[in-house]
Amino acid sequence: MIAPLNDTVMQYLLVAVVVLPLLGAAAALLPAPPGLRGRNPQQAVLRHGVTVTGVVLAATVMLALGFDHDRPATMQATTDVSWIPALDVRIHLGVDGVSLPLLVLTALLTFLCALHSYFRMPEGPSAQGFVALVLLLEAGTLATFAVLDLLLFFLAFETVLIPMYFLIARWGGAGRTRAAWKFILYTVLGSVVMLLGFLLVGLEGGTFDMVALGTDNASALGHTTQLLAVASIGIGLAVKTPMWPVHSWLPDAHTAAPTVGSVLLAGLLLKMGTYGFVRILLPIAPEGMHTFAPYLAAFAVVGIVYGSLACLALARPGASGDLKRLIAYSSVGHMGFVLLGIATLTPTGVNGALFANIAHGLITGLLFFLVGAVKERFGEADLDRLAGRTGAALYGRTPRLGGLIAFGAVASLGLPGLAGFWGEMLAMFGAFRPAEGLNRPAFLTFMAVAAFGTLLTAAYMLVVVRRVCMGVPPGAVEPEAPGAPGALPAPHPAGAAAVPAGAGTPVDVRGHEFAAWTPLVVLTVLAGLWPAALLGLTDPAVQNLLGGGS
Amino acid sequence: MTSLAHLAAGAERSLVQSVDWIALAPAALPAAVALVVLVADLFLPERRKPVLGWIAVAGLALSALALLPLLDGDRRTFCLTAQPDVCSYTADPFALSIQFLVLGGALLTALLSLGTLRDAELPAGEYWFLLLSAVAGAALLPASRDLATLVVALEVASLPTFALVGLRRGDRLSSEAALKFFLSSVAATAVTLLGISFVYAATGSIHMTQVADRLPDVPGRLATLVAAGVALTLVGFAFKAAAAPFHFWVPDTYAGAPVPVAAYLSVIGKAVGFSGLIVVALVAFPSYDDVWGPVTAVLAAVTMTVGNVAALRQRAASMHSAVRLLAWSSVGQAGYLLVPIAAAAYADDPGRAVGSTVAYALMYAVVNLGAFAVVALVARSNPANRLGDYRGLYTDRPLAALALGFFLLCLAGLPPGVIGLFAKVVVFQVAVDAGLGWLAVVMAVNVVIALYYYLRWTAVLFRSPEPAAAGSRPAAADGPGAPAAGAAVPVKRPVPVPLGAAMGLSAVLGAVLSGAPQVILRFASAVLL
Repeated sequence: MIAPLNDTVMQYLLVAVVVLPLLGAAAALLPAPPGLRGRNPQQAVLRHGVTVTGVVLAATVMLALGFDHDRPATMQATTDVSWIPALDVRIHLGVDGVSLPLLVLTALLTFLCALHSYFRMPEGPSAQGFVALVLLLEAGTLATFAVLDLLLFFLAFETVLIPMYFLIARWGGAGRTRAAWKFILYTVLGSVVMLLGFLLVGLEGGTFDMVALGTDNASALGHTTQLLAVASIGIGLAVKTPMWPVHSWLPDAHTAAPTVGSVLLAGLLLKMGTYGFVRILLPIAPEGMHTFAPYLAAFAVVGIVYGSLACLALARPGASGDLKRLIAYSSVGHMGFVLLGIATLTPTGVNGALFANIAHGLITGLLFFLVGAVKERFGEADLDRLAGRTGAALYGRTPRLGGLIAFGAVASLGLPGLAGFWGEMLAMFGAFRPAEGLNRPAFLTFMAVAAFGTLLTAAYMLVVVRRVCMGVPPGAVEPEAPGAPGALPAPHPAGAAAVPAGAGTPVDVRGHEFAAWTPLVVLTVLAGLWPAALLGLTDPAVQNLLGGGS
Repeated sequence: MTSLAHLAAGAERSLVQSVDWIALAPAALPAAVALVVLVADLFLPERRKPVLGWIAVAGLALSALALLPLLDGDRRTFCLTAQPDVCSYTADPFALSIQFLVLGGALLTALLSLGTLRDAELPAGEYWFLLLSAVAGAALLPASRDLATLVVALEVASLPTFALVGLRRGDRLSSEAALKFFLSSVAATAVTLLGISFVYAATGSIHMTQVADRLPDVPGRLATLVAAGVALTLVGFAFKAAAAPFHFWVPDTYAGAPVPVAAYLSVIGKAVGFSGLIVVALVAFPSYDDVWGPVTAVLAAVTMTVGNVAALRQRAASMHSAVRLLAWSSVGQAGYLLVPIAAAAYADDPGRAVGSTVAYALMYAVVNLGAFAVVALVARSNPANRLGDYRGLYTDRPLAALALGFFLLCLAGLPPGVIGLFAKVVVFQVAVDAGLGWLAVVMAVNVVIALYYYLRWTAVLFRSPEPAAAGSRPAAADGPGAPAAGAAVPVKRPVPVPLGAAMGLSAVLGAVLSGAPQVILRFASAVLL
């Protein structure tokens, strides 16, 4: 046991990671103290946001460094104190190989969002409220990944709703009120049903502690209880994930949300659903999961194909598809792979699911940042109006932005060597040989359908790249470039092009945007080239959650 | 309070009961202070009338402190001289917790009232006398253990509130509200009395413990009579608790009454109904749980659905829509409060189940009174009290808006209203534990419905005020928006100290409870009865 940091330090670090954003959120509402006033109140509070999220990121990185990588299956940095004896709720925190990457991802994405808003505050009311809500959202997300008590998990799960509602409803774009309502009503309906499942598990199992319920005394619950628990908890998690057919809040929410909101929603909030499947349902109700796994897998692959077809339809010329909506639908497809991986109930599949989780957070976060940048520059995320007759020609007009979009797109379609590949590959590989007792022919079919989904994904992503990045820059009089959908950025000479009405000369990627996006690009490449770094963390923990490796 | 039926039995012993005044203090003190206020009112000149309010506040605080010496154990008084274990008044944990709720709630209401009385020019002497009398009744009720005392307490708690509702002289709405409230309440009380007389006819006792003992042995011929008696007795309390279908008086009464009175009715009026229902059902009629259990469960489901759906339909622009929304939401909340009582019929440990009602009611009291405090504050500048008037409250009064947002989220049960969330969790837990899965699912759906209107109101608070919004944003996209809030810009007046104190106290209590929910949730794990 050579841990660089001793247990007490780790313990405090984890507590600080959860509590700091919460304190930061409260502090953001107070007037700035003298000496920290900055140029104006708005700048001061945005800087406060960057500082707090930066400190939290530093803390999670230290946590990751101090984490004992030799035993990722064990809960580390644990805190366990009684909070509400009446309900037997304990403040039980801890990280293992499953939650650690998600914690770091959360802290990273929130920090990048805070950085992005520091330079580019979204249109809307006060910055104070914005920063407070983002920090509250971060606290809720971090807590979701760090807590080990069912009711505390529920509390954290619910904590993110109000901030996200207000981020969409107050700082969003067209149709934001409706979208915000749809988001919160869907999720709350799902999560109250989930609460009933938690209560059932708690009453039957005698405790709300995930560790005690799961790994310590597996299958303490009766078969019927497990079925009921998986059905009710699964609904809550599936709404959040989102699983087809309860996904319909997602495209609206993403379309209406501000850039930062979309990034956090796709990058973090969706992960809470799939994390819940792995952390709670797999170890606590293995029999129930076993019964429901084929259905889960079926819904997952329907989601993959459905999401891809929806994207294809949106990417078609004349569909006036919104780019944000398109990426939202692609999220439905990607989360389908995650669910498929979980449904195989094999270490391979679940590891793939967790990997795809992280990869999706990085890539989709990046894509939403990029689309936000496009929308900001051209005043438009509508593919048709953006592309015009031939294409938006970003390669020509803003070569760096165009190149990044192409990079994000090919990462998203799962090009080997980038992060998107491994998760989906492992998920399908898991489906090729599902856990014992599961119907193999069915899973083979699911695998085939999922593979077909990857083809569709490639198709629409390349269509998007062609329509957004290629084409004739407005003003230039050259014929349309050959339609061969290429992945490599091929910069046209940037002309002093006139742009669509309402926008000035488009600016290429600015400094702060590079700062916000580079970490995501680097990590996408890194995770693609060196997947073992992540899989080495998750695998032992997954073996543990699946009951000592099945 | 001695029942005549037992006078003969105790004739050979001393007929004089010893009275434990310390046990009685929480209920007797408000009554005494009420008389003091009534007399003092005669001698005080007009400009000194506010002193009456402070006397009342001090009296209520004193009564709440009188609970402290009772904490160490069960005390009983007014026991039969022949059977010392049959008593009319018991200060058990259940009675104490409800008395705490009543007195604490009344204290907050009194703070709320201090400013309103001056603004609305309500008669101070009458107001405080009536309020304190009603509090005395409400404090007596949870401790009474014979049916006669119970009815007396119910009436003492109810009669003054009719007058309080109608106190705005010359206001047609106020008189109408009072009359509606009075007629329906009296009808319900009459039904209760009929029920009690049936039970008395069958068992020959009005002491609840004796009723409970004798009910199973009632001759078969009387079985129908007893069942009818049990059902009718509960009706009166269901009415006070505003359970559907006895809820129709609520919105009109709340909207017509002065705001502090509406606050009082929504919290303490309900507490009266609930404690009565619990005492009667669990102490007097435990053997008939197959009658009242399913009935209460259905009542709970109907009540919460009716209340929440009606609250959903409140229009932002209509008069008094804020108070009406709180009125309907209080009907919905009454439904949640009924769930543990219904579960008590199915649970192995009924005393523990009703603890969840107590815990929930305490949470509800704090946040609902807080919400009413903000409503009273807004009512000072916007007497119409429409939901639309709350638009942009955050710009004008950030603290009040944050507080109201917090209270509403507590009522909705979403973080940051942690205490509201856990209070709901406790209720859910009891329902699931008792096997009332369907009721838990109905409640879950209702939580979502309720969230919609609570959050809609919360969202209105933080929108930019009317004129500024039109420029930068397309107003049409904002959906359930608030139409014009009136052209006249209200002059910002300073918040009266007592009103601010009531608001601040509720907010601080809510925040502390959110950090340490155990403070009230311990009732949910304790055996109270």
